[in-house]
Amino acid sequence: MRLIDEALAGNQRALARLATHIENDTEIGQQAVAALYARTGRAHIVGITGPPGAGKSTLVNALIGQARADGRRVGVLAIDPTSPLSGGAVLGDRIRMLERHGDEGVFIRSLASRGRRGGLAPAISGLIHLLDAVGFDLIIIETVGVGQEEVDAAAVVHTLVLVQMPRSGDAVQVLKAGVLELADIFVVNKADLGGAEELARELRGMVAMAPSESRWRSPVIVCSAVSGQGIDDVLAAIDDHRRYLTDSGELARRQQSIAAAEVKTLVASAVDRLLRDSSASVAPPVEDVAQRRQTPRAAALEIIRSLALNR
Amino acid sequence: MSTSDTGSEAAAGWLAPSERSRPIRVLIAKPGLDGHDRGAKVLARALRDAGFEVIYTGLFQSPEMIATAALQEDVDVVGLSILSGAHLSLFPRIMEALRERGVDDVLVIAGGTIPDEDVPELKRLGVAEVFGPGSSLRSIVEYIRRHAPVRDDIAQ
Repeated sequence: MRLIDEALAGNQRALARLATHIENDTEIGQQAVAALYARTGRAHIVGITGPPGAGKSTLVNALIGQARADGRRVGVLAIDPTSPLSGGAVLGDRIRMLERHGDEGVFIRSLASRGRRGGLAPAISGLIHLLDAVGFDLIIIETVGVGQEEVDAAAVVHTLVLVQMPRSGDAVQVLKAGVLELADIFVVNKADLGGAEELARELRGMVAMAPSESRWRSPVIVCSAVSGQGIDDVLAAIDDHRRYLTDSGELARRQQSIAAAEVKTLVASAVDRLLRDSSASVAPPVEDVAQRRQTPRAAALEIIRSLALNR
Repeated sequence: MSTSDTGSEAAAGWLAPSERSRPIRVLIAKPGLDGHDRGAKVLARALRDAGFEVIYTGLFQSPEMIATAALQEDVDVVGLSILSGAHLSLFPRIMEALRERGVDDVLVIAGGTIPDEDVPELKRLGVAEVFGPGSSLRSIVEYIRRHAPVRDDIAQ
């Protein structure tokens, strides 16, 4: 396909067009991922997550600069929420990433979450494959601003960075379960505001107490994405984690779990679509459940059986 | 060197291209040096509420920044708000920067304080429509709906 050849040759216009096809799950998009998949598996995929306003986009911008300084090509997928009311979205992450507009080694794409929860977008995996295949060394996924429970990003990346800012809660916050347990690297941003060292201390205490089977101890790094202070430490920690994954054999396990998560998501979305498209065949068992003639579980099993037979 | 992608033929229909209908994507940017982005923000919000995906890049954008964003985001529409009076010097550079990057099929619209007598020149440069002060948000939304380019290879 001409678009694929051009994208592989470094043409950003073709790359952007393919991204649109993949984002919208078109025939061309599916063909592109199929043709390119064998070329994937080389990039380091890093997730940047954290609450709204913690400085994720500004940190991504600083990391782009740092990674470009040693010649790495950087792809960014930045996700913002879709309005549940209108289906529209304002995607504003790019506003903090405009510095490197003339740089062919950087590609930034804004994505709307389009109904997917967990801080990601429906086509995230296909778009990661695209950027990986055309040769980006570092792929950064910036999630929607998240709270404590959105942990989906951990299932699509090699390295998960949780960005927090000082003075956003007391010590109890660091005891909470969820994304705190999954972060490979903690970043305390906005060091210029004060209070950063206190938060870092609490996080370090939490990391030290956490039961862990792996030899990786999540580092806690204080930085200021605006001034650039500590950004080299953040990128060094990201690289350290990649080295740890490779040396320990953990990388192969992560590749496995990333593949498993993507395949499961596809199966789940196929079942979703079948249920939507075949509401007629779902209706009788559901009616039986409402009339108490059948249990919900029995009806579900009946539907699964009929879906499998109908194809 | 493609990887096997078919799986069982019988089940392939389950994951056929969903061709989900695609929101219109619009880049809203403010070229030049005036610091007034209230109008651009209000418009971004209105376009979101109309169901569009709006990439908002804010103030002080150079022609190159705008063209790169339009290129990488693969938008359908570029909306530019100018209140500095520099439109006659900025728009030729923006249209040129878009052309240089092969972005030749976007709908470019302009808003802000642009005198009527300058509108023909902007249209000659390739700006599709100019929305001056007092234009209703609804008229802009409707204009985009009617004129956003239709891509024959992607459902809209």
